[in-house]
Amino acid sequence: MSRVSSKLASAVKCSDEFNADACMHCGVCTAVCPMGYEILPRKLFRYVQVGLEDKVKENISSIYSCLLCGMCAENCPAEVNIADNVRFLRKYINENEFNLS
Amino acid sequence: MPLPTKDILGILADNLNQRKSVLPMSAAATTRWAKGLDLPKGGKTILYTGHMYQLIPIIDAMATQMSKLEDSSITKLFGLGRNVNKLVNMTFFMGLMASKAEQKDYDRMLRNIAGLLKKANVDFGYLYGEELYSGALVYDEGIDGAFAKHAQRVCDLFKKHGVSKVITVDPHTTHTLRTAYPQFVEGFDVEVKSYLEVLAESGMEPAAQLGDELALHDSCIYARNENIVEQPRELLGKAGVSLKEPSLCGKNTHCCGGPLESLFPAESHRIAGSRADQLAATKSNVATMCPICLVSLRKAAKGSMQVNDLSDTLARAYGV
Ligand code: SF4
Ligand code: SF4
Repeated sequence: MSRVSSKLASAVKCSDEFNADACMHCGVCTAVCPMGYEILPRKLFRYVQVGLEDKVKENISSIYSCLLCGMCAENCPAEVNIADNVRFLRKYINENEFNLS
Repeated sequence: MPLPTKDILGILADNLNQRKSVLPMSAAATTRWAKGLDLPKGGKTILYTGHMYQLIPIIDAMATQMSKLEDSSITKLFGLGRNVNKLVNMTFFMGLMASKAEQKDYDRMLRNIAGLLKKANVDFGYLYGEELYSGALVYDEGIDGAFAKHAQRVCDLFKKHGVSKVITVDPHTTHTLRTAYPQFVEGFDVEVKSYLEVLAESGMEPAAQLGDELALHDSCIYARNENIVEQPRELLGKAGVSLKEPSLCGKNTHCCGGPLESLFPAESHRIAGSRADQLAATKSNVATMCPICLVSLRKAAKGSMQVNDLSDTLARAYGV
């Protein structure tokens, strides 16, 4: 069972860099993403929004596999700034898992 | 086993902190392209290479080594590599392995760009050995502390030389300077334009009508982040080049896969392969606007089509 982490949730809350509130989970982003990973980017944002830090950590390599190509954001009906969100997650992992800043 | 993300990111951050570049090169390697062009040093407007074109032959030499490492137990050595790298600049040795012919090729693209700007009567200088890498890769990987420090360093360099306008040559440097720096450096007010924007705005006229057919590979960053879509088309159209657009183009362009080369080479090659297939379907030669796109697609094309830098076509058309 996955645990809800208050650390990630509060980092997301405090940040103006991560914002997926407008996401309506239509899945267009995942459909157009050239990587073709089920988790990128919608499902990943869902895990972050509900604070499932374990799930985020299990998917570290997917997070660094995002090309930041912006195909998803270009086609997102809710204009979610997906690349900024991915960068935010990398920053969070760099600082909290890799001791890098 | 995939390459160790943590250790590779650590090496990039250490290098940027210690040596002011993710993959530090000698000044001789970064400025070689400008030899004999008599560009003034500094000035209010400068051409800023951000070292991307110069880095490709070195990255290429490294990538060859890394592909051998991925899926092998030698990846364990990367942790050790990070420690060694703190003492010895490992990229310097990779630089020695870079192909001379490839270096000459990429230097020519920068010379094309400088020549085109001169043809368009743009007054510009160059910072030569003082020029710094932009920090683009460290920004993309979310290593914000190291990036912020570096952005400040570049900003101080511009201040020292009284630079108020920067002309960039590739999408990554353009985006980093134009969009990321203002978020990280307070009061960053240097105007940043890609050479393609500068040339299109200049209204320059071609010296020849080429009559070529060409497929343009839009860079994701130029098209979607920096709104550079029409400028290259306008410059080519004026010179009688007819465009054969691939199925995904302009704002809906498909990535070349290059951004993954340092962490996930196999995935990078998979994406490059899909894009190369889309471009091959146009049955035309291909022009790119980014050195990373160029190297990725050239490798993926495996000689089935010609992939060249857009500056080669523009230089021919505009009499450089
Ligand atoms: S396309 Fe936009 S709204 Fe739809 S799932 Fe993706 S991020 Fe959410
Ligand atoms: S930016 Fe990342 S998540 Fe979005 S389409 Fe590109 S690779 Fe996929």
